[in-house]
Amino acid sequence: MNKKRIIFIVFVLLLLLHQDFWNWDNANLVFGFMPVGLFYHACYSLVAALFWGIVIKVAWPTELEEWAEGTADPQEGGTE
Amino acid sequence: MSTVIVIAIYLGLLLSLALFSKRLFRGTSKDYFVASHSIGPFMLLMSVFGTTMTAFALVGSTGKAFGAGIGTYGLMASSSGLIHAACFLLIGIKLWAIGKRYGYVTQIQYFRARFDSKAFGYLLFPILVLLVIPYLLIGIIGAAKTIEGVTKAKGPIPGVFPEWTSNGAIPPWFTGLVICIVVLTYIFAGGSRAAAWANTFQTIVFMVMGVLAFYLISDRLGGVSAAIEQAKDTHKVRTVDGHAGVSQLTFLTYMFIPLSVGMFPHLFQHWLTAKSAKSFKLTVVAHPICIMIVWVPCVLIGIWATGQIPAGTNPSAILAIMVGKLVADPIIVGLVTAGILAAIMSSLDSQFLCLGTMFTNDIVLHDAKKTYTDKQTLFMARGFIVAIVTVIYLISLLLLQQEKQFIFSLAVWSFSGFAALTPLVFAALYWKRATKVGAYACVIAVFGSWVTFFAMSGFGGEFFVFGGVTPAAIMWFIGAGAMIIGSLVSQPPSEKVIAKFF
Repeated sequence: MNKKRIIFIVFVLLLLLHQDFWNWDNANLVFGFMPVGLFYHACYSLVAALFWGIVIKVAWPTELEEWAEGTADPQEGGTE
Repeated sequence: MSTVIVIAIYLGLLLSLALFSKRLFRGTSKDYFVASHSIGPFMLLMSVFGTTMTAFALVGSTGKAFGAGIGTYGLMASSSGLIHAACFLLIGIKLWAIGKRYGYVTQIQYFRARFDSKAFGYLLFPILVLLVIPYLLIGIIGAAKTIEGVTKAKGPIPGVFPEWTSNGAIPPWFTGLVICIVVLTYIFAGGSRAAAWANTFQTIVFMVMGVLAFYLISDRLGGVSAAIEQAKDTHKVRTVDGHAGVSQLTFLTYMFIPLSVGMFPHLFQHWLTAKSAKSFKLTVVAHPICIMIVWVPCVLIGIWATGQIPAGTNPSAILAIMVGKLVADPIIVGLVTAGILAAIMSSLDSQFLCLGTMFTNDIVLHDAKKTYTDKQTLFMARGFIVAIVTVIYLISLLLLQQEKQFIFSLAVWSFSGFAALTPLVFAALYWKRATKVGAYACVIAVFGSWVTFFAMSGFGGEFFVFGGVTPAAIMWFIGAGAMIIGSLVSQPPSEKVIAKFF
């Protein structure tokens, strides 16, 4: 399985995990002050950051950077 | 009065920073519009985060949590951590490459070239302006309500200016005017470079002040554990119960709204003009963390407020009331209020500047028969910005006369419109078969459905269809469908266009 497919599968999995219907009615507090539903989503933000950090590490679009540095027809550009 | 002095000092510091950045201004229109492609990773992160997190993030999230409870964080913050970064990678980096190779500065320049249609810009520009307006309005309304909240009389304590208004507060029209003038001054001084510097400074300020407000409010409530114990139980879960909570369908379809970052004009401009692709790395990874740092405290303050403030209070005033009521020290109140203003102004500046850039490059200079000097170009951009600011200010005065202003809902309408336009940019970047007809169909269908839903909502209120589906989700599918059908029934793009962009 190639890297892009694995990244896509993990991304879809994270989309599903965002729904966390199992926490919907849970009014327990984590560390005595944080409702479970809020704590879960705060952790979710950290996991999202970690996920994108890994994506950048393993699937950075180097070929796009090389393409961008190539010469272009100046007649076809913007107004600069 | 000390509170007002602290806020005035903050605004003075901001203007000083802008004047300093003016010394680096090279005086050319290119430098004014894109800071000569000199924005590095840290300033890009601060600019992107600062412009994305406006009154919506601080004032709106607190007010929304006061009404709907902890679900507020999942609705916008955690989903944004995943979706925003995906847009930065899938849309942002590809646009950077195209901007770098062909010299595009605005999204209209790119779409005109990609769909080989000059007229497309004239269709898209007014729609983008219209969709940005609610976003700009919430900034001015948020600032006005915040200042009013912290300066008005509280019980036996008189307001700051008892001889000026009945409640002693600084009137909203005055705050709105001052905010507009300050933002205009610093973007006039140094253009995009001043905006980037001011954004960086203001983003740091509002993040630090947000954490400070959280600490001080929790301390006054007896600590974080005591604070949450005083809050209503209905707000500690996401189940719909009484007036709190959100339905599962709403929670699911809110995932479409963060897609808006893919089409925001000012972010598009950042993508096209960033210094290098590597500049994006920090933004992609740190953005979800920055969102968490700002939103978790705000949502908790909103939940705590349910135990302190009567239900039905204007949601736009919750944060200001909590700060004003619980943080007794006027200097600290001033600092926290300055942080809120920082969040608001860091969004307004980029939006104003971007609209001026698009108007000048995409409407006036595009296909212009006359040659304009750099001075004339800058004059036109600034003139358009002043016109837009004036219109926004006047509309905000009308909205401020209403009993309640729903910053969260108004922002969501703006985000929903941009989110529904993302099929346009995805198709432009990744689908060779996407055509001009598809692009026109997509934009017209999205705008038509947005106007319809917006009117059905009563022009800015919270609105759902089919028992809880967000209009953004419906509009996104309408836009995607129009893009696909319009493209498939029309002639494919020319070989020249495909060779250029794929």
